[in-house]
Amino acid sequence: MDQRTVNGQRPKVTIRNLSHSFESPNGSLLVLDNINLTLADNEFVSIVGTSGCGKSTLLNLVAGLIEPVAGEILLDSKPIDGPGRDRGVVFQSYTLFPWLTVWKNIDFALRKTRLSRAEKDELIRHYISTVGLEGFEDAYPNQLSGGMRQRVAIARALVYKPEVLLMDEPFGALDAQTRGMMQELLLHVWETHRTTVLFITHDVDEALFMSDRVVVMSARPGRIKLEVPVELPHPRSYEVVTSPQFVELKLRVLEAIREEALKTMTAAG
Amino acid sequence: METTTGRSEPLPVVSPAPRRRRWRLFALREDIPGRIYFALGASFILLILLIWTVVTHAELIDPLFLPSPAAIIAEGIAQAQSGMLWADAGASIYRIVVGWLIATLFAVPIGILMGNFKFFEAVFEPFIDLVRYMPVVALIPLTILWAGTDDSQKFLILFIGTFFQEVLLVMDNVKSVPKDLIKVGYTLGMGRFEVLRDIVLPASLPGLWDTFRITLGWTWTYLVVAELVAARSGLGRRIMEAQRYLATERIIFGILFIGLLGLLTDYFFKVVGARLFRWIKER
Repeated sequence: MDQRTVNGQRPKVTIRNLSHSFESPNGSLLVLDNINLTLADNEFVSIVGTSGCGKSTLLNLVAGLIEPVAGEILLDSKPIDGPGRDRGVVFQSYTLFPWLTVWKNIDFALRKTRLSRAEKDELIRHYISTVGLEGFEDAYPNQLSGGMRQRVAIARALVYKPEVLLMDEPFGALDAQTRGMMQELLLHVWETHRTTVLFITHDVDEALFMSDRVVVMSARPGRIKLEVPVELPHPRSYEVVTSPQFVELKLRVLEAIREEALKTMTAAG
Repeated sequence: METTTGRSEPLPVVSPAPRRRRWRLFALREDIPGRIYFALGASFILLILLIWTVVTHAELIDPLFLPSPAAIIAEGIAQAQSGMLWADAGASIYRIVVGWLIATLFAVPIGILMGNFKFFEAVFEPFIDLVRYMPVVALIPLTILWAGTDDSQKFLILFIGTFFQEVLLVMDNVKSVPKDLIKVGYTLGMGRFEVLRDIVLPASLPGLWDTFRITLGWTWTYLVVAELVAARSGLGRRIMEAQRYLATERIIFGILFIGLLGLLTDYFFKVVGARLFRWIKER
């Protein structure tokens, strides 16, 4: 399925001395301060942090949707310049095209490819079954639940085989049960389709459950505070969250986040 | 009440006497049964008709001020039989359709530009807001000066009355397309023009359709203004002419007929819209 070589050592994404600020009425507001981060090929990296720490800004920068004030981002050692089909994005909000069916939403992502109709149909069929939506090909987004919509969005981001999958709190709007199921589904998809993933969330369990590495960001301005490798074996199932190893990692990450949350509280109070 | 003991028994074939449902007609923001909803609207119109009939037949009001409903109906039948009604309606509908189409032809592209590019919003909006507050009736002398007294003057009045409102609605329709949909387009490698054509435009179509429905209604309301001067036929013209002869039943019939045609237009847009944009419907 995946023709790319599996090589854990080769850096896929390199973020180098990256800083970003927004203009506000009270002057320039620094949101990201000198971020350095490398994602290995096929690595699943999650970024967690308090709200407002700039983690979504970081994802938008990697996606090329905004331009950094300083520093650079490399994809396969080439600097990125604007958005492109080498990076697929799944957003927190529902971003399916409401006037297209599930099938046509996924097909929309293939319009820039030179594949034949039959090849496209084969791919679409494969990814619809990957996210478990057989039978919903002709449904419109408004007829689907939130979890189903995000599954289509994941299929749409995977179907054209981008080098990197960027996910900005994709399950943030879902209820707890659905979120749990979606995490298992995404993890399973990643275990079978291996690709490089940058996942933004504020849910520590979610990050640890799926990732190879969890990066904790400090409160504004966002800096990298802690990097935690998650050496839990694959395939992982939901019980892993009760293992002593998981609980220990969780404690480390929670402490780091709590420290930052307290900082913002005292700064505000 | 008996069913509380029989847990696993099949449901009785004859349903127990239904509990009297209390209609909570005045619960805050709660739905009321559809039939009652419809009946309320119909009864109010009937009530008005009834009062009207009683008041006029009891001769409490001089027919010069308010003729009876029967007189209005008789007027309508007479106009229909003489063919005047159809000639008037034809002339008016033609003016409205052309005037509205010209307005829409300009409003859609300009509104789309304004909604997507701050540059065009900055250029056009102050001017549009200025014209929007100018009373259309006061522009009649100028339109005659510029466009003469034939149908093109009517088109111009309807255009002015419609365009400057419509273009702002179109701008809002386009602006209401979620930014994240546009971002998805960019991440799929689409250019700005492609995003505009294949994402922003289809996403704003239902809103645009609704704008068409609303603005066509406004064009109808400008009909009398448009036919105020130098028109030989038209529903609005007939009303103004009837004023001269104090033919009150003709005035009232004309107003009601315009209202009816407006209502039909509205209904047409609603029905066609519901068929065109079925994807809006939730589960």
